[in-house]
Amino acid sequence: MSTAVTDIPLAPPRVPTGRRRRVSAWQTAVVALTLLLALPVLVVLGYLFNPSAEVWAHLANTVLADYVRNSLLLMAGVAVGVLTLGVSTAWLTSTCEFPGRRLFEWALLLPMAIPAYIIAYTYTGMLDFAGPVQSQLRAWFGWSYGDYWFPEVRSLGGAVVMLSLVLYPYVYLLSRAAFLEQSVCVLDVSRTLGAGPWRSFFTVALPLARPAIVTGLTLALMETLADYGTVQYFGVSTFTTGIFRTWFGLGDSAAAAQLAALLMLFVFALILLERWSRRQARYHHTSNRYKALPRYRLQGWRRAGAVLACSLPIVFGFLLPGAQLLQWTLATAGRMVDAEFVELTLNTLMVAGMASLLVLVLALFMAYGRRLHPARSTAFAVRVAAMGYAVPGAVIAVGVMLPFAWLDNTLDGWLRAQFGISTGLLLSGTLAALIFAYAVRFLAVSLNAVEAGLGRIRSSMDDAARSLGLSPGQVLWRVHAPLMRGTLLTALLLVFVDVLKELPATLILRPFNFNTLAVRTFELASDERLADASSAALAIVLAGILPVILLSRSISRSRPGHHHAA
Amino acid sequence: MRAVSFQRLALALLLAVLAQPGAAASEVNLYSSRQEKLIKPLLEEFTKKTGIKVNLVTGKDDAIIKRLETEAANSPADVLFTADAGRLHRAQALGLLQPIQSQSLEEAVPAAYRDPSGHWFGLSLRARPIMYVKDKVDPATLSTYEALAEPQWKGRICIRSSDNIYNQSLVASMIATQGVEKTEEWARGFVANFARRPTGGDRDQIKAAAAGQCDIAIANTYYLAGMLNSEDAAEREAAERLAVFWPNQNGRGTHVNVSGAGVTRSAKNKDNAVRLLEFLASDEAQRWYAEVNHEYPVKPGVAWSDTLKAWGEFKADSVNVAKLGERNADAVRLMDRAGWK
Repeated sequence: MSTAVTDIPLAPPRVPTGRRRRVSAWQTAVVALTLLLALPVLVVLGYLFNPSAEVWAHLANTVLADYVRNSLLLMAGVAVGVLTLGVSTAWLTSTCEFPGRRLFEWALLLPMAIPAYIIAYTYTGMLDFAGPVQSQLRAWFGWSYGDYWFPEVRSLGGAVVMLSLVLYPYVYLLSRAAFLEQSVCVLDVSRTLGAGPWRSFFTVALPLARPAIVTGLTLALMETLADYGTVQYFGVSTFTTGIFRTWFGLGDSAAAAQLAALLMLFVFALILLERWSRRQARYHHTSNRYKALPRYRLQGWRRAGAVLACSLPIVFGFLLPGAQLLQWTLATAGRMVDAEFVELTLNTLMVAGMASLLVLVLALFMAYGRRLHPARSTAFAVRVAAMGYAVPGAVIAVGVMLPFAWLDNTLDGWLRAQFGISTGLLLSGTLAALIFAYAVRFLAVSLNAVEAGLGRIRSSMDDAARSLGLSPGQVLWRVHAPLMRGTLLTALLLVFVDVLKELPATLILRPFNFNTLAVRTFELASDERLADASSAALAIVLAGILPVILLSRSISRSRPGHHHAA
Repeated sequence: MRAVSFQRLALALLLAVLAQPGAAASEVNLYSSRQEKLIKPLLEEFTKKTGIKVNLVTGKDDAIIKRLETEAANSPADVLFTADAGRLHRAQALGLLQPIQSQSLEEAVPAAYRDPSGHWFGLSLRARPIMYVKDKVDPATLSTYEALAEPQWKGRICIRSSDNIYNQSLVASMIATQGVEKTEEWARGFVANFARRPTGGDRDQIKAAAAGQCDIAIANTYYLAGMLNSEDAAEREAAERLAVFWPNQNGRGTHVNVSGAGVTRSAKNKDNAVRLLEFLASDEAQRWYAEVNHEYPVKPGVAWSDTLKAWGEFKADSVNVAKLGERNADAVRLMDRAGWK
């Protein structure tokens, strides 16, 4: 009978002495790459050495306390929201049997295709004082303003709900993958020992899935911290809105960068938390024997409860806002959808495809580098490079723009002086610069997924493969990559969907005559033409759905012991 | 094997990036914080007339300016187009614009709406008056922006967040005429009269007033005009419940800002850039602003849309719009202190 082993610290893979040189070349490459990717973040941090005490005094006296409080409350609220929605639905769909389970399995991912700012627009349109719901209530009951209480959508609480609705899929996705990859035998053992579903969940499955759950949570919280569109529209002052206000309104880029640096401290704390949670215990499955897990067949109120728990996030996170978008689109599509619109869509798909591939390759390279060399320096470099995820896109964009323009202008100046040739701007204002910015911004998404995937492969595999004469690179391609096919696809698609939705960096860095769906949506929405913006918004959602469905299917298939006929 | 196909695909895509099409012979490059939909038809008209191709990047004002600044002398941009004068002023202060001499521009654009030395020119006006709910407010009780701080307006005013440039410019214009201290005192009283915490955009303020949440909304006129001419019956109905009141007519005039453009210092197609600006100030382009966007043309004598005509003539604040840029940071701080969220 096989068992799962926990709490056994594993030694790093032993390296045969003859190969030491190659490994350190790998390590050097990882550090160099991380430095390059960390450059934009470092440029922003560099502003810390250029203090503007007077602006800080103003911020501290007036709005800073608000920024800190609101950001913390927002994070706490979103954490509760995404954990509740994500873990419960992941557990239900992966271990229980109830009507519609197959449908819920993939449909629960759908809200991920909707950008937070778009869901915010739609709910405001529906639930605002002047919107159809409240107007109808007033018409029915003859109320007028002040006669009744109705929750205010545009508030901190509203922002928590909006962000939770679109971010819980991160937790769902990763915890479900973890539940599915759990050796069936572990759950079997817990059942034969007489543990009921609840007890199995809390004492066996949940602790085993903890690293994956925390990873999902970290992603959701980083996304929350970087969110600008939603909180700005709701009038909730957070760090992100503060950065923009200080930069644009006060015209003080140094103080804005310092706020951004402070924001990064939050992120650092989050990352430490995640590391700490992983270090507590290492979880590996030693068993490679799987069989199909008999699901808990839910009956009566439990069954109804499961259906309800899985429907609510889909209804509120996807169907309702989707229906609103569709209604607006039907009214305006005739005007808004033309040849140019098709071009926008193709641009968006192309740039998202390129960026997600690049990011996957980078993440794989770096995660494996860390596995080969679990040195502190590598780990730290990789962490810093991944911090871009929590930094607002506009800040990243400036961090990318400054070094690129410097490089271009220096090269141009030098060539002019030496040879009388002018190269102009080689990198600035090209798609390459934009894709680099995406890599900086979304590396963490890919990296977290890849690391979690690699972490589930026992290091004895590496040892075995290496002792059979494979080089580290061959181990990665011939052993790990096939084992983690599902994980790699997950990483690829997560970034793809993120790039589809990305706005601020795209807005700042894109080349001439190049627009994306997100840019179009934003431009119209910021002109307060929500209905006109809806075709582009709906296209983002639709373009995001296909990868999301693929993703879900691949996870189901990746389950050990899963019957392919199912 | 999977890995190989990834690599091939990545390589192919990289080549696709590097193989960008070369520059056309006669073109002009535009960095704009005016949205594509709001200028593209004009740019297409320009290309049709002159054969000059217009390349466009849009973005937020400050980000676009930052891009211009970092790209410095090698920037491909020939023209900077922004949605408010404050930003043009900032670009000028950073040395990103160059002065141009053009008789037709000087004739078309009144002195208050352009830089005296020719670094930039206003191209359309955006007015920010008081809008009131017709059946709840007697316009005789309205007079100035300043009077909205009086206690009789307690809980009756809707306005968006102070993050917004329109509000920053409005407060900057008050600072420019009456100083920080008086303006701050006004802001405290004004904020105390808000019907709700500032949320949403200008249209949202108009809708909230129409639905009964407040009696007065402060918003730019083209939003109200857009709603009045909307395809959506509910929007039209909401907008029709409000009327425009032009404040400060006996004093400095109603607050206005401009959208405008200047030729960049790095311009490699300077002649084309000047031609584009001259085209944007021509009767034809100015009429387009007034009829399609419902903005006020800068050029005197250009016909207005029926919606604009219905609101009547008004006296606009005569302070040079460049002042708004100079006072912007002061305005933001003041609003922070006054608790204007």
